[in-house]
Amino acid sequence: MYDFAYHRPKSLADAANTLKGKDEARPMAGGMTLIPTLKQRLARPTDVVDLGGIKELAGIKVEGSNVVIGAMTRHADVASSADVKRVIPALAELAGMIGDPAVRNRGTIGGSVANSDPAADYPAAVVALNATVTTNTGKHAADGFFKGLFETALGEGELITSISFPKADKAAYMKFRNPASRYAMVGVFVAKTGDNVRVAVTGAGPSVFRVKAMEDALAKNFTSAAIKDMKIPANGLNSDIHGSAEYRAHLVGVMARRAVDAANK
Amino acid sequence: MTISVAMTVNGKSVSGKVEARTLLVQFLREHLGMTGTHVGCDTSQCGACVVDVDGRSVKSCTMLAVQAEGTKVTTIEGLAASADKLHPMQEAFRDNHALQCGFCTPGMVMSAIDMVRRHNYQLDETTVRHELEGNLCRCTGYHNIVKAILAAAPAMKAAGV
Amino acid sequence: MTAATGIGARVKRKEDLRFLTGTGRYVDDLPLARATYAYFLRSPHAHATIKSIDAAAAEKMPGVVAIFTGKDLAEAKVGGLICGWVVKDKHGQPHKAPAHPVLAADTVRYVGDPVAMVVANSHDEAKDAAEKIKVDYEVKPANVDLAKALDNGAPQVHAEAPGNLIYDWELGVKADVDAAFAKAAHVTRIDIVNNRLIPNAMEPRAAAAEYDKGTGQYTLWSTSQNPHVLRLILSAFVLGIPEHKLRVIAPDVGGGFGSKIFCYNEETAVCWAASRVGRPIKWTAERSESFMTDAHGRDHVTHAELALDKEGKFLALKVDTIANMGAYLSTFSTAVPTYLYATLLAGQYTTPLIYANVRAAVTHTAPVDAYRGAGRPEATFVIESIVSQAAKELKMDPAELRRKNFIPPTAFPYQTPVALQYDSGNYPPIIDEAMKIADYKGFEARRAEAKSRGKLRGIGFSSYIEACGLAPSQVIGQLGGGVGQWESAQIRFNPTGNVQVLTGAHSHGQSHETTFAQIVSDKLGVPIENIEVVHGDTATTPFGMGTYGSRSLAVGGSAITKAADKIIAKGKKIAAHLMEASVDDVVFENGTFKVAGTDKNVPLGQAVFAAYVPHNYPLAEIEPGMDENAFYDPANFVYPAGTQICEVEIDPDTGETQIVTFTAVDDFGNVINPMIVEGQVHGGIVQGVGQALLENAVYDKETGQLVSGSYMDYTMPRADDVPSFKLGYKVTPCPHNPLGVKGCGEAGAIAAPAAVMNAVRDALAPLGIAHVPMPATPLNVWQTIQGVRRAAAE
Repeated sequence: MYDFAYHRPKSLADAANTLKGKDEARPMAGGMTLIPTLKQRLARPTDVVDLGGIKELAGIKVEGSNVVIGAMTRHADVASSADVKRVIPALAELAGMIGDPAVRNRGTIGGSVANSDPAADYPAAVVALNATVTTNTGKHAADGFFKGLFETALGEGELITSISFPKADKAAYMKFRNPASRYAMVGVFVAKTGDNVRVAVTGAGPSVFRVKAMEDALAKNFTSAAIKDMKIPANGLNSDIHGSAEYRAHLVGVMARRAVDAANK
Repeated sequence: MTISVAMTVNGKSVSGKVEARTLLVQFLREHLGMTGTHVGCDTSQCGACVVDVDGRSVKSCTMLAVQAEGTKVTTIEGLAASADKLHPMQEAFRDNHALQCGFCTPGMVMSAIDMVRRHNYQLDETTVRHELEGNLCRCTGYHNIVKAILAAAPAMKAAGV
Repeated sequence: MTAATGIGARVKRKEDLRFLTGTGRYVDDLPLARATYAYFLRSPHAHATIKSIDAAAAEKMPGVVAIFTGKDLAEAKVGGLICGWVVKDKHGQPHKAPAHPVLAADTVRYVGDPVAMVVANSHDEAKDAAEKIKVDYEVKPANVDLAKALDNGAPQVHAEAPGNLIYDWELGVKADVDAAFAKAAHVTRIDIVNNRLIPNAMEPRAAAAEYDKGTGQYTLWSTSQNPHVLRLILSAFVLGIPEHKLRVIAPDVGGGFGSKIFCYNEETAVCWAASRVGRPIKWTAERSESFMTDAHGRDHVTHAELALDKEGKFLALKVDTIANMGAYLSTFSTAVPTYLYATLLAGQYTTPLIYANVRAAVTHTAPVDAYRGAGRPEATFVIESIVSQAAKELKMDPAELRRKNFIPPTAFPYQTPVALQYDSGNYPPIIDEAMKIADYKGFEARRAEAKSRGKLRGIGFSSYIEACGLAPSQVIGQLGGGVGQWESAQIRFNPTGNVQVLTGAHSHGQSHETTFAQIVSDKLGVPIENIEVVHGDTATTPFGMGTYGSRSLAVGGSAITKAADKIIAKGKKIAAHLMEASVDDVVFENGTFKVAGTDKNVPLGQAVFAAYVPHNYPLAEIEPGMDENAFYDPANFVYPAGTQICEVEIDPDTGETQIVTFTAVDDFGNVINPMIVEGQVHGGIVQGVGQALLENAVYDKETGQLVSGSYMDYTMPRADDVPSFKLGYKVTPCPHNPLGVKGCGEAGAIAAPAAVMNAVRDALAPLGIAHVPMPATPLNVWQTIQGVRRAAAE
């Protein structure tokens, strides 16, 4: 990788200040995407601002019926958190499916959500659970946060501080892994809260998206039978050597049905 | 950018001057001459570089040396108490012929120990196979690695490690 | 003493301690004082001419020591890399042999073709500088799609190979085979693609070189499976460094699987440059470079036809194959789809007539050469696919059809119609044992149960034969091989009684340090801890041919046995002298020389000591010292055989295939260490499963870019892709080597693709599916199912 100036601020304010005015500065959370990107020389930041020293960013709290997860909380900690398992078990399960154990020990929820990788898992949970993304400058609703391929609503220098997930009555995440990378080729998070159902799909498109038709059908009848014959258009979905757009579209249906079944268990 | 870095590796305080871009695995191999930790890929997938940092297994090819400042690092070189007293996981790998060319072995052993601890010494075959997702081996077909880890779990418990 | 460590014992490995404690020494681990680091600038294009290379800016970059291009090598008269096996085409003409420059000078022919070497004070600095080299390329159309590589108008890879044809080769008499087909009651036809694989030894290739100005001696450390052969090629053909001035060391090597047999550009360039730079040079491939430039494996397009009579006896087999050579002919590439492939097409069967036509094509892709099994997996995949397909078409049990056509145990030695003479074998008990272990009888019940869960269950057989233990040198010579295929050994006793066993074979996972020590321990009665096996250094070991083709034990182990016999013979003379007995009366048992019928005895250690301190010694008759050399040239190949049975479940909703059980019963002849043999079988099976279900080297057919260029896109088998395996053995000892051993290193990889694919086809057969592309990835299986459903709907 190219060399860079390294910073390890102790506070969020320091981090924001360090980033300010530097066009080519990059914040680094767990580094599970950034470091491989730098190793392949696909990015050339002048400065890397390591958020790992900011104590206030890590940790899991239950606030009312919400689980609030600090941006620098590692996937392994979300997966094993008694609070997350109790309030939103599907979220803990999702965290336990990210990468492999060593990656889960470094990777963070904030990094994953801010990166908006099309094959990342967390964005599906953020959208399906209608989470709120809190940053050093404000709050973002889940809908509209993920703008596209590696693109979010985060502004210049804006850093995620925590994500608040409302409890769902029923929820589950089903993931069909890319056989090689084991990233989500299609991941479907289904959440039912009262009469409201949200179905969020990751891996299949350029960014996480909701499937309105499924949500409507499931809101009336929260069983996999309700979406049994539902076809997802392949138009605009990702296509590669592991899965054509048609295959991904098909898998969205399969994974959604399996998620509903799992949520009902 | 040159930065001073200090950490504890296998119980010994070490320090050095590194570039910001120096990876932890480069620091271990090139600065400290501890070549037991290997690099088998450049996409964080093969797991040959797994070491323990503050009680957690990490891929040392995907962590900067400067990020390990002040941490306690354990590598494959730090497991055995002495030449004739191997860690139970090392012993189980030998007893079960869980290594052939030896290249993936350091990362395999480090990941396996972490796995056993996280699962409180209780493992079954399906769990072991799933937990090895981040470690590639091209020689053994995994059969004997799985056997070794299942054998090591109770041995580690008995030995209190 | 030797019972627990001798032949047949499950001895724990001697090499394990260093690997388990992080003290193994691989090439990249070497601490070389004042080392420089090489980085290779590679072609980003599959096919382009180089109009100019401007390294001026790069040379000014920090830490740069030197930059070399193809022009520099040409000026220094560095030769091209060679292909060491001359295959003669159907008209008796030698194959086309296009030049293979170490650094491309005027044309690049695959993505990854090296064009410049930057040597700098660190790897990062070398890489930083390489980015500053300006290469002006004129991009040309690329010849990527193998099926069309020989078509008129396909882009030409080399002027020396018109139409991209390296050879058009045949084996067998076509007219005889055609006549048999004309009389057949049934003909089964298949079209298959044997997918391209990337070997992926976990240790990336690496080289380090040092030049000693005072002595003119070069030392090259290389991740090589055969350091002597590498030295020979570099000395005699490429660099012209005299053999005695070039020392090649292959220290601990992290797996090879064939990919580290060959002489590569990088190690050649690094070695050459060491004297010019005046400091040691180190190079280690990044994994993405390994993907691009390690010699790939397989890559065949094949049409095959099997003629049967009305009882199901095989009458004739006809095979037409296009084999991909890649952009340049790698060291042994030409032999793989000919003498290691077509000669195996009889399989375990009495098929009396076989005709094979193989056309080798060059393409704008990485060179293709031997990869675990080399030719034999391709042959097995053809035979075992077509036999299972024939059974389906004839509505016969696949085991029954195989049994009906097996070469009977009474027929050995058996001359096949494709040149080989099988020395030994007994196939029916192997398949019986495999079916018992796999509970074949219970399969239909399991299929029905799976169906009730919505899963498609299938079972597949693969009864393989392989010819390994390469090889009788004279046969190899007749077939165009450029080297002998014997192996060497030296047993060197030290005065204090411990032993160094020097072998020309090379261990990179095969456990020679243990297995070879077991042989010596068994033969000579020396405790195994007193035996050290030394390999991989041309300065210390006798010239040897290295390790590939499951040859180390059958050939190298036999050489060790011969050397041990010489030790015993010499020891007998010494002991006879010491005991004042006749040599003819001396016997050697359990490490001790005895005079039969007396209590006189001389332990081997005492004879050894006498040989080194010859104060009371028959110096007039024998030389002092106890150090014996042997070279062993086998009389024939060895012929391991076996049957694998794979059982799969397919999820028709997702196309995912899960291997539920996998059984392998093998005949490897006598077994030295069952624990090690099992490990070889496990590893081989998973490479075969990887080929069948997961692995695929994919190039973009237009641009020639390697799409599956990292673990993000090339699916390596992981622990959760496979189950634990059920193994069994049958033993028919090899009749022509002193240990009675065959080879076990490749069997798993040779047989498994057909076993898995036959199971997949069987699972999908109820849907009317006969053909599934390999690898049977979820996408491929799903699309295949969609295809028949769509066809049914229309």
